[in-house]
Amino acid sequence: MSLKVDDRDRAIIAATQAGLPLVPDPWGEIAERTGMSRQEVLDRLRSMSERGVIRRVGLVPNHYKLGWTANGMSVWDIPDEMVEELGQKVGDLPFVTHCYLRPRRPPDWPYNLFAMVHGRTRAEVEGKVGRIAMILSPHFRAFDVLYSTRILKKAGLRISPDVVRIPHGSKV
Amino acid sequence: MPLKLDETDRAIVNALQGGFPLVDRPYAAAAAELGLSEEELIDRLKRLLDIGAATRFGPMYNAERLGGAVMLAALAVPPERFDEVAEIVNAYPEVAHNYKRTHRYNMWFVLAAETRERIEEVARAIEERTGLDVLRAPKLREFYIGFKVPV
Repeated sequence: MSLKVDDRDRAIIAATQAGLPLVPDPWGEIAERTGMSRQEVLDRLRSMSERGVIRRVGLVPNHYKLGWTANGMSVWDIPDEMVEELGQKVGDLPFVTHCYLRPRRPPDWPYNLFAMVHGRTRAEVEGKVGRIAMILSPHFRAFDVLYSTRILKKAGLRISPDVVRIPHGSKV
Repeated sequence: MPLKLDETDRAIVNALQGGFPLVDRPYAAAAAELGLSEEELIDRLKRLLDIGAATRFGPMYNAERLGGAVMLAALAVPPERFDEVAEIVNAYPEVAHNYKRTHRYNMWFVLAAETRERIEEVARAIEERTGLDVLRAPKLREFYIGFKVPV
């Protein structure tokens, strides 16, 4: 199964960059815009979803506007031989929105596991970080929580200048 | 002031953060799960987007699977140089988001480009222009999580 997208997939991606049409038959409308049949549109969307080109289809809530203003990037130093198992456990927590293994850069950046946590207040985030700490205890050697205090830039991820502007909400 | 959502709105936001069905008349199918009519779901989605409770409704694409490269990066910027450095970093179209965070590494941004080589080029250019080391934090592995923040 190819991971590549072809030009017809790209046309669909371009037609859905702003989101899905909010009409009873969104596939039909995309079909009209791209000059494909609605069945081809649906088949291609399903295929991209199966191949992981589409991560998910749905709503991206605006956490800030909904009062979820505390955003903490918790970072942990986990022994390499434990990180696969523990990372999976942390990733499974319902309140962890992103969980990644990343390289350390000792001595000033010893952390290799990143878990993003949101809350209405920092206290709420701290409570959740505490639950992560319980799962990782006694294996983590150090941790920290980096709160975001200002959005300096928020644009789409621009991958291919002609068509593909990845909306934020897409995970990196 | 945070936006106030009623119970139906909250149910929609919680249910539709993923898993919107790729079937005929998808809004009707999703609405049935929520005990709503197709029309009511569409109207409420429009409203949630209008009032800014949601920023987008649709497919979320995986940048890397589209042939692009993405990397998280950070800088430890001396406080007195923060705005100047933010301006340099933000000027690159390859910088997708950039956040100020509470740490000695106080500037965290995502670089996205068509190739890894281009990402490295931009990281080096930022180092040259700012005189600061870019902490490169590419994703080595993702521990997948199905769902997002409940509201």
